[in-house]
Amino acid sequence: MVTERSITSRLFNGLNLVLLIVMMLLCLLPVWYTLSISLSDKASAAAGQVFLWPKGFTWGSYETIMKDNQFFRSFWISIQRVVYGAAIAFIVILLMAYPLSKSSKEFKPRNIIMWLLVFAMLFNGGLVPWYLTMQSLGMINNIWGLVLGGGLPVFNVILVMNYLRNMPKEMEESAMIDGAGPWRILFSVCLPLSVPVLATIMVFTIVYHWNEFFQALVLMNKAEQYPLQSYIRQVAVVIDPTKMDEETVKRMSDLSNQTLNSAKIFISMLPLLVIYPFLQKYFVKGITLGSVKG
Amino acid sequence: MIPKSFSKHFYMMLIPGLIWLALFNLYPMYGVLTAFKEFNPGLGIWQSPWVGMENFQYMFELDDSRIVFRNTVVIAFAKMVGNLIVPFVFALMLNEVKNRLLTRTVQTIVYLPHFLSWVIVAGMMLDIFSYSGPVNQVLSSLGLEPIMFFGNAHIFPALVVGSDVWKEFGFNAIIFFSALTAINPEMYEAAAVDGASQWKRLIKITIPSIIPVAALLATLSLGSILNAGFDQIFNMYNPSVYSTGDIVDTWVYRAGLIDFQYGLATAVGLLKSVVGLVLITISYTLAYRFANYRIF
Repeated sequence: MVTERSITSRLFNGLNLVLLIVMMLLCLLPVWYTLSISLSDKASAAAGQVFLWPKGFTWGSYETIMKDNQFFRSFWISIQRVVYGAAIAFIVILLMAYPLSKSSKEFKPRNIIMWLLVFAMLFNGGLVPWYLTMQSLGMINNIWGLVLGGGLPVFNVILVMNYLRNMPKEMEESAMIDGAGPWRILFSVCLPLSVPVLATIMVFTIVYHWNEFFQALVLMNKAEQYPLQSYIRQVAVVIDPTKMDEETVKRMSDLSNQTLNSAKIFISMLPLLVIYPFLQKYFVKGITLGSVKG
Repeated sequence: MIPKSFSKHFYMMLIPGLIWLALFNLYPMYGVLTAFKEFNPGLGIWQSPWVGMENFQYMFELDDSRIVFRNTVVIAFAKMVGNLIVPFVFALMLNEVKNRLLTRTVQTIVYLPHFLSWVIVAGMMLDIFSYSGPVNQVLSSLGLEPIMFFGNAHIFPALVVGSDVWKEFGFNAIIFFSALTAINPEMYEAAAVDGASQWKRLIKITIPSIIPVAALLATLSLGSILNAGFDQIFNMYNPSVYSTGDIVDTWVYRAGLIDFQYGLATAVGLLKSVVGLVLITISYTLAYRFANYRIF
């Protein structure tokens, strides 16, 4: 390794390090601040006395949440949505990626289907047509509207397909010689080999379903059916485009139950914070898998 | 060699995905007919009367639509620039740190905001930039007037762009990190032998090696010049910042699903989708021509 001992070099490295640490702290501080607000008493939070350490430490906000039935109902809806969404995406994507990983010589309609998928990925009708068709499919007040409403995750299909294409042909051929049919090859050869890419798309899918808040606002008539993020939005983020002047906005941001809302925000990111360290190695891979190496 | 008999099984494997695609991606596209109709919920899309281009004409007469298209492009372009430059510089900075433990820690933490939903990020931002929030506390301790950050139409676009860059710069840097690890270390060794300083090596080796990646990303991002980030703005904006913060998607949402002007909202959304499709096609074609980039 090359090392450098000159003064300018040390100065440069020192400054660089300080800036990097500042950037890192900037990413952490909002989360930390939210946590300290949620553990402070209401008066100190409202008076703006809380910075990086809770003032008037109390578990009060979290105790209130424990009694909030809607919070748990929404939490449960989010869990269901993530489980259904991830399971369906997993099986559908795997099944689709294998035939599409063949060349158009091996499987004739492959290219037509690929172009259809890419078209569907790049073009959509927009919000209103989506809403009207969701209505006619009976997806109003229906959790399947949330699970399926985003449409086929085409990009993830392409990721897995590209991965399978780079799989050594010999593995498939030797399985065929041993008498394996297409289903056997898919589940006994392709599936075990593509665990890394499948893990990557599962990370993307889980995070998507956990974080998606908008569809429920449109599809669910009652707030009881909201998943967690939609519920958090309803209570903690400025309520929507009813006519509000600057004064009202100000009053709302001051009077809203800041400590409680911070606690809700913090709890709703907790599941992600907990599993996040385990996810890291997968999504880093996934990003670089994104394209065909030409 | 795949035997012919596999084909019918391949079709079977495709069925679930194609059904999903047909119902939830393609069928909604049929709804764009609403843009050429005077939509009547009682009659449904097909039965509603045709009005030709009336909705589009109305759209071009509205001041609103000009404003939201302008806001969209301004915000999206600023995000594009910020989301290219900040991750680029950040990746270069981190690349100069040789302590593995430190680089890993920094990476882990800066990736994190990408995984938080816009509901959460907006909730935190509204708190931090609220009238009595910490930022205003700092300002007033410096003897400055507190600012209504989220009520000020001049500041709002900067908050939107800033918080987006904050959320995504770490994640966007990943692609640069992988380009940096692909640089042949022998080049650095050779440069050092020739007496090139750390700074010279950065300018002459590192930056030229990852410029192509940056150019590719810039090209690809051209396709999203009409995507200013619905999820983010929807959670952050309020009527006092509509003049600079209202974008096509949020406007379509209010016009269509709040005010029930289905035809008009569909027309605006359709215009956006078509322009977006054209731009993406152009940018992908450019990326393919010049960088041999393709998605499949």
